[in-house]
Amino acid sequence: MTTLSNKCAIAGIGETDYLVNSGRNPLLLALEAIQNAADDAGVHVREIDGIVTSSIDASASDLIIASNLGLPNVGYSSEVTGLGGAACATVAHAAMAVASGMANCVVCFRAFTPFDFIEAAKHNQSTLWARAAGSGEFLRPFGWSAMTDTFAMSCQRHMHEYGTTSRQLGAIAVAARKHASMNPKSIRGEAITLEDHQASPIITHPLRELDCLISANDGACAIIVTSTERAKDLKQRPAKIMAAAQSLSANPALLWEMSPFKPVITESEAAQLAPRLYRMADLTPGDIDVAQLYDCFTYTQLTLIEDYGFCKKGEGGAFVEDGRIEIGGELPMNTHGGHLGEAYIHGFTHILEGVKQMRGTSTAQIDNAETALVASAVPGPTSALILGR
Amino acid sequence: MTDYAKPLPRIRPETARFWEGCKTRELRVQRCSSCGAYRFPPQVMCRHCNSIESHWEKVSGKGTVYSFTIPSRTSPGELPAKGFEYPFAVVLVELADAGGVRIPGNLVDCPLEEIKIGMQVEVLFDDVTDAITLPKFRPAGAGAPGE
Repeated sequence: MTTLSNKCAIAGIGETDYLVNSGRNPLLLALEAIQNAADDAGVHVREIDGIVTSSIDASASDLIIASNLGLPNVGYSSEVTGLGGAACATVAHAAMAVASGMANCVVCFRAFTPFDFIEAAKHNQSTLWARAAGSGEFLRPFGWSAMTDTFAMSCQRHMHEYGTTSRQLGAIAVAARKHASMNPKSIRGEAITLEDHQASPIITHPLRELDCLISANDGACAIIVTSTERAKDLKQRPAKIMAAAQSLSANPALLWEMSPFKPVITESEAAQLAPRLYRMADLTPGDIDVAQLYDCFTYTQLTLIEDYGFCKKGEGGAFVEDGRIEIGGELPMNTHGGHLGEAYIHGFTHILEGVKQMRGTSTAQIDNAETALVASAVPGPTSALILGR
Repeated sequence: MTDYAKPLPRIRPETARFWEGCKTRELRVQRCSSCGAYRFPPQVMCRHCNSIESHWEKVSGKGTVYSFTIPSRTSPGELPAKGFEYPFAVVLVELADAGGVRIPGNLVDCPLEEIKIGMQVEVLFDDVTDAITLPKFRPAGAGAPGE
């Protein structure tokens, strides 16, 4: 059977600086990242003939982007549902467009500001986010209002079923901050110890402050996808898209915030997606050299470690101990510092870091890394990539 | 009761029967009229048999704590839980007689450090405004039913 595997590659990546509440205009952030990605690939920005974004992006519609960049001939555009889970799916949709001949040079982008969620809901009533607002009816009256609350609810159950501890979550934060300390773009650029994590205040029990993402930052990322053949003639070493996969939900209609109402709350939609992903790449979890897993909370990453099969369900806590996920460890993860250390651009920074690892240009480069798994947010609609050099 | 500062549910036509039930001291769960599967949160079609026929069934309000959180301070970069004083308990209760369906609520009459997954709880109803009654939970046997 014909598959997407290795037909397309990421030829260019672009990003802005990541700042805390700088007040920058999200449209300008998006345009800057896209221009940087085109420059990085060595293509003129007006060669872009496809645009994919995520449904939560509030910076601009595809039309506004095309108009500002002066794109003369856009043959493909789409908007992927799934909030933070949509990041890798934008690359999947871009690759499908290129592989099918709909477009040749597709840009995926995401500009993030802290006002995103509110703006997206205001401007686009069709967004997943706006529809999801209805779920608040059963949560907000009980003070279940922060993103942390939903992840804490599932984490508490994981701890109960499997004996996962706060110190084990701390090992994930320590690894992220170690890698962030090696990356000059990091907002939280200082390394931390397990004791620092354990001394940080509880936000929503059982999650501590140092289990939480950097939420109030802004910045943008962009990715240029083209055919692997063409990418070989461009400026950078291509990061081949060995596999791409998307999962709407294991239990439809239960968006991320309502995930604790699913029959099994300790397993995410990634568990449904993972077999398809590995099958397309013809790889197993043991073949992955480096992983960039969504980490809005330490617990999110722990879920992904299990659901992508790096260990058995329930054994994620033991897996992350003893530096196994740090540079020099058995399976280094989030070598940019992740959303816990570098910046929070809704899963896109993880894709950029996967590409850097395949190029050999990460600030925490893994020697001889040939495969990178990149996973976007869970629970709820999610997506993932396997990149190869 | 006009000074109630916490968020109130924005009731939709498809959820009105739930909130009407709370006002009359009935905890109701949506149930498929075709295959009998319970569901929460409410939706128009049964995900098991695809029937759009459903009704709201009174349940006992007894259940066990499936999981819980204790919001303890404002999440970084987010707004505080409006009207709430930290810390407080949110429980996810697996109802005893509704096919494993879970519903959320606040746990009352229980010190925070005594909350445990698996503990038996029962519903009580709190008329927080003239229009809205919220279901809450307390340890089983802690008081007279329905109050």
